[in-house]
Amino acid sequence: MSTQQVLGQDTYDDRSFLARLSWFDWAWALALIAGTVYASVQYSPWMDVYNQGILYMACGMVLLVGWLWKPARVFVLAVAAASLFAVFRYPALEAAETDFFLNYLLSSQAAIMWMCALFPAATLAYLGGLVARAPFPQQVGSALAWVACGAGLVGLLVRWWESYLIGPEVGRIPVTNLYEVFVLFAFTTGLIYLYYEYRYGTRALGGFVGLVISAAIGFLLWYHFAQDAHHIDPLIPALQSWWMKIHVPANFIGYGSFAISAMMGVAYLIRARNPGGWERHGLPSAELLDDLMYKTVALGFAFFTVATILGALWAAEAWGGYWSWDPKETWSLITWLNYAAWLHLRFSKGWRGTPMAWWAVAGLFVVTFTFLGVNIFLSGLHSYGEL
Amino acid sequence: MNLAITLLVALAVASVIGTVLQQGQPYPDYLLKFGPFWFEVYKALGLYDVYSAPWFLFILSFLVVSTSVCLVRHTPFMWKEMTRFREHQQERSLRALSHRSEWDVAMDPGAAADTAEAALRRHGFRVRRKPRKRGELVAAMSGAANRLGYVFTHLGIVVICVGGLIDGNVLLQWQYWTGDLTVETRDIPVSQVDESSRLPPRPGAFRGNVTIPEGGSAGVAFLRMGEGYVVQELPFRLKVEDFRIEHYDTGQPQSFESDVVLQAPGLEEPIEQTIRVNEPLEYNGYAIYQANFGDGGSRLDLRLWPLDGGEPATMEARVNGEAPLPDSGPRLEVTDFSVFNIHPRPDAVNNRDVRNVGPSFTFRLRRETGEAVEYRNYMQPVAMDGGRYYLSGMRRSPADEFRYLHIPADPDGELDRFMALLEQLRGEESVAAAADRAMQDIGVEQEQVRRQVAREAHGMIDTLLESGFDAVLEQQRQRAEARAGEAPERLMDFYRLVLERTLWEAYARVLTREGSDPAEPTEEDLVFYRDAITAMTALADYGAPVFLELTNFDHRQATGLQIARAPGQNVVYTGALMLTVGVFLLFYVAHRRMWCWVRPGANGAHVLLAGSSHRDPIGFARVFERLQADLAQRFRPHGPADSTGARPGERQ
Repeated sequence: MSTQQVLGQDTYDDRSFLARLSWFDWAWALALIAGTVYASVQYSPWMDVYNQGILYMACGMVLLVGWLWKPARVFVLAVAAASLFAVFRYPALEAAETDFFLNYLLSSQAAIMWMCALFPAATLAYLGGLVARAPFPQQVGSALAWVACGAGLVGLLVRWWESYLIGPEVGRIPVTNLYEVFVLFAFTTGLIYLYYEYRYGTRALGGFVGLVISAAIGFLLWYHFAQDAHHIDPLIPALQSWWMKIHVPANFIGYGSFAISAMMGVAYLIRARNPGGWERHGLPSAELLDDLMYKTVALGFAFFTVATILGALWAAEAWGGYWSWDPKETWSLITWLNYAAWLHLRFSKGWRGTPMAWWAVAGLFVVTFTFLGVNIFLSGLHSYGEL
Repeated sequence: MNLAITLLVALAVASVIGTVLQQGQPYPDYLLKFGPFWFEVYKALGLYDVYSAPWFLFILSFLVVSTSVCLVRHTPFMWKEMTRFREHQQERSLRALSHRSEWDVAMDPGAAADTAEAALRRHGFRVRRKPRKRGELVAAMSGAANRLGYVFTHLGIVVICVGGLIDGNVLLQWQYWTGDLTVETRDIPVSQVDESSRLPPRPGAFRGNVTIPEGGSAGVAFLRMGEGYVVQELPFRLKVEDFRIEHYDTGQPQSFESDVVLQAPGLEEPIEQTIRVNEPLEYNGYAIYQANFGDGGSRLDLRLWPLDGGEPATMEARVNGEAPLPDSGPRLEVTDFSVFNIHPRPDAVNNRDVRNVGPSFTFRLRRETGEAVEYRNYMQPVAMDGGRYYLSGMRRSPADEFRYLHIPADPDGELDRFMALLEQLRGEESVAAAADRAMQDIGVEQEQVRRQVAREAHGMIDTLLESGFDAVLEQQRQRAEARAGEAPERLMDFYRLVLERTLWEAYARVLTREGSDPAEPTEEDLVFYRDAITAMTALADYGAPVFLELTNFDHRQATGLQIARAPGQNVVYTGALMLTVGVFLLFYVAHRRMWCWVRPGANGAHVLLAGSSHRDPIGFARVFERLQADLAQRFRPHGPADSTGARPGERQ
């Protein structure tokens, strides 16, 4: 775990990035590429050149992430193994109820329910550890968060397979309605958080991020049980496009990062009330929280920019214009402008600390409205996930 | 810079308006919603089309101007920052930096400077060396592209806005305000639209719609503007061969496709292509999209059942057409037709449990006075609650929900039995005969009473059909009170009995004519009777002299195409690319500077390493420590292998 912790050591590893990769890095990369090529050949009848391009691009991105963030390699292997196992036991939809593993662990419903249980558990462990000043519960929280992210991702991957089991014409990537993107939001946010947890070597913030994920899971459960939203419905014609595969995930990296930045803001504001006390509980320094807040806003902003641009490119193809002032588009612009203003204040006016933390927290409300409020209160071209 | 933040926030707030207030609705809708005063106020503020409103465009252009000024002012500075190594730094100012380290090295100064340069290059820095009065300064920097990030992001925004301006309809709006262009508000054929509302083919941007029926063609698009539209002429004609909707098993639409043929004067061969959602046809800067669909004038064969008895007539109608009903009744306006109607099953537990109840058509019956009642009739009987019913929805105002008349279908699934019964009940003689049989049944012997009651039975049934069951009761009560004085209840019971028996006898006659024995009615016949009487009493509110049965149709669809021209599109995309590249440069490339000041020292050379970063202090601290560790290793007397020797330098 500490291969990256060269900080402050006498010896400096003089080798280049590629030379520093271990045999495991290479074996993992080979397995990843082999899997990608297999999928690309095996499913070529269903994939046009754009889908193929996206597949290889995704492979490249995962490769890079795994090499830069070592725990991701194990995560990818575990998720791949679980998903493939589920697929092998899944010749037809009925198996979801008869097969033990599918029924209790790996069918998309089971896996998503595990995610829904594990994230709140992780949050409690993190918070408990923070309050009790005990590292062990926080380690448990970390482990639970990893498993929860894996369960969510496996859930969506298996759901992808299930959609094809319903019928080849129904099959599609499961990021097409409000239910599916809430699952996406939960584990994307979890993974981005885990990256920063690893990078900054602190578990004290898991509880804060866990709260926002748990809130999302609360909504997801309500949506599931009260609105019966977990069914796989076929896609309306406007959504049948490969743009879906890049537009939505890019958006959710953005949403997830913004959510984390808001929770960093909350942590900053709480810490500011009693700096000494919270420091004894292990909450990182104000500078680090401020930096994390900036880093997550920046990550969110970058991906949100890309997602909005991808959305515009798609709109040009599907709706006859790259910008239609549709409520969702407009609210994306509002969110973007909000964080652009935030970044300007920090870059050019040098603002730091409390006001920026408040603003980041307020930003979460703008993001939530863009993400959810638009679907509830406004109607427009984006009305795919109605309540 | 305060200005930039103010503008960003102002633009965000202004954008909210257009999402709260639905844009581009017909003006009467707004008038209804806000009342005459606020309607005018909002109209003057341009709130019905916020994103084209002058004040909105003003904020936007202000943002563009301010960003451009900012760019012009800062770019030279950024360029200097990118290209200059600051090799004239003084030792004193280097010592003032918070990140610094010093070593006494057993090397001659030149070798120490070489070592420093090698280490800096190894860490990704570009290096420039400058001999100074006492020693040498090795100046280095990395990530200068960060400064490009500033240029790219801001330039990107300006370029996007310029592209957006090219594609906006500012010019048209201007012509509209100055009165060069008038909008057409009437729903009339294109050929009748006035010259002042027509735009010749032009290279500018627009986004319009046109609906073309199957087999039809069009050479124009309609642009929505203000309270109406203008007609944009196109340099080509579009012919629609076919329009298709594919459905999933669940009944949801799976795809919308139009086979179109594009003919233009310059084309040797017309272009034939199938347009789908997400797959537009591109031609010469024009893009043609599948936007929606509707009815293109389907032919409907109708059977008109008179509700006052009599033989049915037939007529042919077209969707979107109108015609007088035979016998100079109200005018028929057919407004819509759909082949599929996907509804939830009656016993559905969730909204996914659906069924197709077959074709329906929507029409209005307009009287000479101008008032109209709207109806929606289904072609086939719909199974519900154990029976099968012809459904006919009725409403007097578009704001109301349809209320449905349920006419039971006979065992053959037809309307004949119901209509035969209706005819029986409408005919004076047939009612009298039925009443006579009824009284025979009851046991009324006197000829005179029988004749009088038979006459009254006809009146009661007429009241039942014209005014409903309550009116019949009221009539009976009044009549009984007038006749019987003290004991009206008994007389009322008698009348009710006569009415019920008469209705049944009329039904029995219908059954007899069908060839079945009314003395032994089946369960089905009884259910039909009950439902038929319920439907008859509801006819009082139906408001139409006829029932329109759809017997056959020839479906002709129309495709709704969107035609757009966006010459600024590639400008916008270029700007978007700049913005993306710029954002990543700005966030993920840090501009870092290092200086290594080497001068002769006690052991050979004295080295001062100092650095500063424009952004990301935490990341820089890590980089600096790594570089420092590397240099410490390289400056060791016996090379990196020796790990036992004391560190030659010390950190301050």
